[in-house]
Amino acid sequence: MIWIDAILQGVLAGGLYALFACGLSLMFGVMRVVNLAHGDFAVLAAFLAYSLISATGVSLLWAAVVTVPVFAVFGYLVQRGLINRAMTGGPLPPLLATFGLSVLIQNSLLQGYTADSRALAPGRIGTASLRLSGQISLSYLELLILGLAVLVLGGLELYLSRGRTGRMLRAASDDPEAASLVGGDPRHLYGIATALAFGTLALAGLLFAARSSVSPSSGPSELLFGFEAVVIGGLGSLWGTLLGGIALGVAQNVAGQANPAYTLLAGHLLFLLVLIVRPEGLLPRRSIA
Amino acid sequence: MSLIRSTSGRTGEQAADADTPTVDRGGRPARYTAVGGVLLFAVLAYMPYLLVTGVTQTMVVFFYLAAMALMWNLLAGYAGLVSVGQQAYVGLGAYAVLQFSNWGVQPYIGVWLAGLACAVIALPTSFAVFRLRADYFAVGTWAIAEVYHLLTIQDSGLGGGSGSPLTTLSGIDPVMRDALTYWTALAVAGCCALGCFLLLRGRLGLALTAIRDDETAAGSSGVNVGQAKRTVYLVAAAGCGAAGGLVIVSQLNVAPDSAYSVQWSAYMIFMVLLGGIGTLEGPIIGAALFTIVQQYFSSDGAWYLIVLGAACVPAAIWLPRGLWGLVERLTPVRIFPLGRRIRPPQHSHTAD
Repeated sequence: MIWIDAILQGVLAGGLYALFACGLSLMFGVMRVVNLAHGDFAVLAAFLAYSLISATGVSLLWAAVVTVPVFAVFGYLVQRGLINRAMTGGPLPPLLATFGLSVLIQNSLLQGYTADSRALAPGRIGTASLRLSGQISLSYLELLILGLAVLVLGGLELYLSRGRTGRMLRAASDDPEAASLVGGDPRHLYGIATALAFGTLALAGLLFAARSSVSPSSGPSELLFGFEAVVIGGLGSLWGTLLGGIALGVAQNVAGQANPAYTLLAGHLLFLLVLIVRPEGLLPRRSIA
Repeated sequence: MSLIRSTSGRTGEQAADADTPTVDRGGRPARYTAVGGVLLFAVLAYMPYLLVTGVTQTMVVFFYLAAMALMWNLLAGYAGLVSVGQQAYVGLGAYAVLQFSNWGVQPYIGVWLAGLACAVIALPTSFAVFRLRADYFAVGTWAIAEVYHLLTIQDSGLGGGSGSPLTTLSGIDPVMRDALTYWTALAVAGCCALGCFLLLRGRLGLALTAIRDDETAAGSSGVNVGQAKRTVYLVAAAGCGAAGGLVIVSQLNVAPDSAYSVQWSAYMIFMVLLGGIGTLEGPIIGAALFTIVQQYFSSDGAWYLIVLGAACVPAAIWLPRGLWGLVERLTPVRIFPLGRRIRPPQHSHTAD
């Protein structure tokens, strides 16, 4: 029974990994940019929401309603102002620029908020849980997070396959010059992709903080989990990222049930195993994100 | 220190009256570098007799950072292997020194053995990470570093999660210990610089430069791309391992979270890209700059990191070839003559 519980908890944890990772997948798929500051931006969003909540007393829901669009706009500006310019110099300058942002955010948060970890109180839903049997109970908050992850990933998938701008994003991913010939300005499209990535990472950052807690230095490890989810699932598929996140969460929880010291190790080993045995990932597909 | 506009050199003289252009890379520039390098090394080796401990300790930090930067530059600047996981070998090197010391090996010898051990570990590791396309390579190496980190924590003989002091050096007189640490660090950094220089001037260097410029073209003109990359990966592991050994020898203790911290890779990226990637001068300049900033400003808390992080962003946009790239563009100075100069037929001093 405890094993079934471990698997179910892993599935729930995986939803959040996938929600966080889909922006990473999107930026990489469209622009071939590895955003080394992805985790730090998520942490930044959580801390800004924390300040907003402590200053005005609004609920977590309203903090999310404010933070997510603000971050989407912020992402568009970061892309247009910084990353697009850095991209003209090849793959390394964006790496340096996002790395610089990562160091900048981490240490600014350290100065502004100290090294303590903070949590966002989710309200009544944080303590309620769905009791399946004597030993298994699923937290409503985690179920909500998984539901949100499926909704966001599904929405993105639909947007990319059906939406007009989504189609142009795929075109820019395949061939930016050809896309600009048919009327899509790659600089703007890249901005849209980063805006989507930043919106989802802000949501994921808030949920990380609501589910457990975040500290100024937790960005890089979140980034690593996100990457692993993307690669395990297979680049080119958002549903793959969801599957990858769930596989990662299950591996971590099941191994952690056996011995807490193996929690993280099992996730990394699963990632390496997938790389060696099936480098194209679990659900490979030729598409963006 | 040499100027590129030198005219002598054996190849140059032989073909002086022919009508064909000559390609030349040896001659006076290389000799200047050799003489200058030996002199610099001698002066640096004498420093423990002149300077206060604080300065030599700062120099030790500079030496191991320079060794790491040179190795990361070899990986990313020449072999196109952008790794975010070199801290694997920094940590393994530090722990190798500790393990060897537990077995009775003198830590100053252990530093060199640590480099060797890291190269040995890197060989099987390379078969796993080389499965990754260039894009995922960075992440794969990082995950591997975490695996080594988490495995190290499992070994309670090495202090488990809280780390362990290096006790075998505590019997040595502190002044002597500082001097020995300094000389070992100088030797490691010197070996890394000389090793990179010789490697890049040799046949492998030609192959790597071709790979750096265009991997597909290099492969189709007969360069064994896989083998060249694997060699570089092993060399970089050895260099970072020895540098990790220097970290534990200079700090006299090791903690897993800092030894395997992704910060090491972050520092390497920062030093190399700000100094100038794809050159040998760049990483050394980057390491010097980083050491100075770290030494003088780290007492003010995290502010120096905020400034460094902020400096990366404009540097990435306006200075993609780094500070040394700026020097190369504005002046004919080259410290390490790696490039080849083509001289048109007849007398001409200006070809580049």
